[in-house]
Amino acid sequence: MTSSLFFTQLLNGLQLGILLFLLSAGLTLVFGIMNFVNLAHGSLYMMGAYFAAAAYRWSGSFIVAGLIAVPATLALGLAVERVALARLYSRDHLDQVLTTFGLILIFNEVVRFVWGSAPVYMNVPSALAGTVSLFGLPYSAYRFAIIAVGLAVGAGLYLLIHRTRIGMLIRAGAANGAMVAALGVNIRLLNSLVFGLGAALAALAGLMAGPIFAVQPGMGEPILILTLVVIITGGIGSIRGAFYGALLVGVVDTVGRAFLPGILREFFERAIAQAAGPAIASMLIYLLMAVVLALRPKGLFPVKHG
Amino acid sequence: MKRLLALAAASVLALAAMPAAAQIKIGFIATFSGPGAALGQDLYDAFMLGIDHAGGKLGGQAVEVIKEDDQLKPEVGVQIARKLIEKDRVQIVTGVIFSNVMMAIHKPITDAGVFFIGSNAGPTPLTGKGCSRYFFSTAWNNDSLHEPMGKLATDLGYKRIYVLAPNYQAGKDAINGFKRYFKGRIIDEVYTQVNQPDYAAEIAQAAAAKPDAVYVFYPGGMGINFVRQYQQAGLLGKLPLLSTATIDGTTLPAIKEAALGAITASPYSPDLDNPQNKRFVADFQKKYGRIPSWFAAQSYDAAQLLSSALRRTKGDLTNKERFRAALKAADFKSVTGPFRFNTNQFPIRNYYRVDVVKDASGQPAFANKGVVFKNHADNYSKECPLK
Repeated sequence: MTSSLFFTQLLNGLQLGILLFLLSAGLTLVFGIMNFVNLAHGSLYMMGAYFAAAAYRWSGSFIVAGLIAVPATLALGLAVERVALARLYSRDHLDQVLTTFGLILIFNEVVRFVWGSAPVYMNVPSALAGTVSLFGLPYSAYRFAIIAVGLAVGAGLYLLIHRTRIGMLIRAGAANGAMVAALGVNIRLLNSLVFGLGAALAALAGLMAGPIFAVQPGMGEPILILTLVVIITGGIGSIRGAFYGALLVGVVDTVGRAFLPGILREFFERAIAQAAGPAIASMLIYLLMAVVLALRPKGLFPVKHG
Repeated sequence: MKRLLALAAASVLALAAMPAAAQIKIGFIATFSGPGAALGQDLYDAFMLGIDHAGGKLGGQAVEVIKEDDQLKPEVGVQIARKLIEKDRVQIVTGVIFSNVMMAIHKPITDAGVFFIGSNAGPTPLTGKGCSRYFFSTAWNNDSLHEPMGKLATDLGYKRIYVLAPNYQAGKDAINGFKRYFKGRIIDEVYTQVNQPDYAAEIAQAAAAKPDAVYVFYPGGMGINFVRQYQQAGLLGKLPLLSTATIDGTTLPAIKEAALGAITASPYSPDLDNPQNKRFVADFQKKYGRIPSWFAAQSYDAAQLLSSALRRTKGDLTNKERFRAALKAADFKSVTGPFRFNTNQFPIRNYYRVDVVKDASGQPAFANKGVVFKNHADNYSKECPLK
């Protein structure tokens, strides 16, 4: 193992983490502030990717694809929130899970109906199609762009949450929603705003993921599981938790997958290492989550109450 | 009134004169929902095109195709197989994309004495000891599908190969098949989680190991992710990418130019030069607006096979040995080239090197670069007791 390879893998982990952050930020806000379990967050990500792919095919421009996909998914998210989800806020978590799971099925079928079962095409913008040389190892320029976009969004969210009035209300809502409502804040509007922000971030993640991952029905589910791990590890409701949680999950997952089979081979026979390596590597993030929950039941960066 | 009565009487007579078994019922089982749905659709579309080409019938017999979705769930597969046999009373079943579904429904169908033409999945147990007189495949045995690439890698002079596959039975079968004919050294074997979206870590490891080439088996969406990310990492064209069942007719439209330069081994290529294939590809494109995949080719062959057998027996399925002999004769011209049945009723067929190149219009397309295996039989037929 060379140090440049290790560095590349760290970068890969960072990049996966950033992508997860885009998804987790929205989900953790909805979860933390509205106390609402939204399993359909992955579907919004899928819709974002499909809108982007469709707009990309129509316009041939990645920027235009983003300009269409993000507002379209935002509108869709708000519509879904108004029509289906708003009446569930006061209900049991189980009802919310049931409804949003139903939404997953509906969105998957809608996508299949409109775009067909086969994955659709989307490519990286030509300016970012090449690679950048990093200590002699080539690294995809597009993945650098993902890291840049993610960091920019992270900084933007930080400013929004900590430096603006809306951010103050969001933080207050996360700490004690009932009190915020009692003080005369339109919590319904705040909820819509947070949900819309989550949908827009999911769409951005879908747009950035479109050229890397297959855009197909059901693409939101595997990534949703990772996202849930991220927000539980980071602390539900905390943007900072989502950011560090995502980076941690991304790096642990990537580095584990890359180096664990090799390390195991040092200690065990080849056949055992080959069988156990991928199994343990795929479990690593769940082990991480279990350890974090055992030591800090509220996650690494819990929202401070009271 | 009298005239009306006469007309009625005439029509009753006419009805009575028609043969009793008017329609052959065919159950079509495949995956039509979830991530595997595109494959099921290809299978079904090609089968229906096969019926169109045979004049809306098969072997001169009117047919009714009953389409069922197995949802990639073995237990659902068994349910619909029972329903097709007991309620719809089908005489023939065809289709099936995935091996786990195939393993579950094979026995209920063949035990009922219903003819089963598998047009994709070929799990090894059904090829060897578990073969059945009622089961025919127009596809391949799971690991023989990967043998051609092992041979091709040897022929291309690659000495050190890095292999990757998903961590499940078909992934391991793939690597076993590849190894059977590969003479060089496998420098690492990596099994990734099924449906893993990101391969950046594995791709960086593979590149750092400096192999002569990389061999992968990543069906469906996994293949799209892997090939795109491989190209984005700047490796395609520098480090040869060999694959089977990864870049195919169903995934190429989503990968496009990111696959240019990839080398695949396949039982079929859309540009195979035979008249039946030219007609198949042209009409498939006209009807469905896409290039047929090998899944489609195998299912079209299933329709042709049934048509030839029904013609021989004039639609009679009551004498099962006679119909079986008619199937076994494989009296049709396969779009994939030479085709005949082995003793285990799996095909003896050609495998081709198929590259992804730019076609005349500048679009990425498959190009047949020659035969890797001529009249290739799988490794398990000798374990099958059938003669």
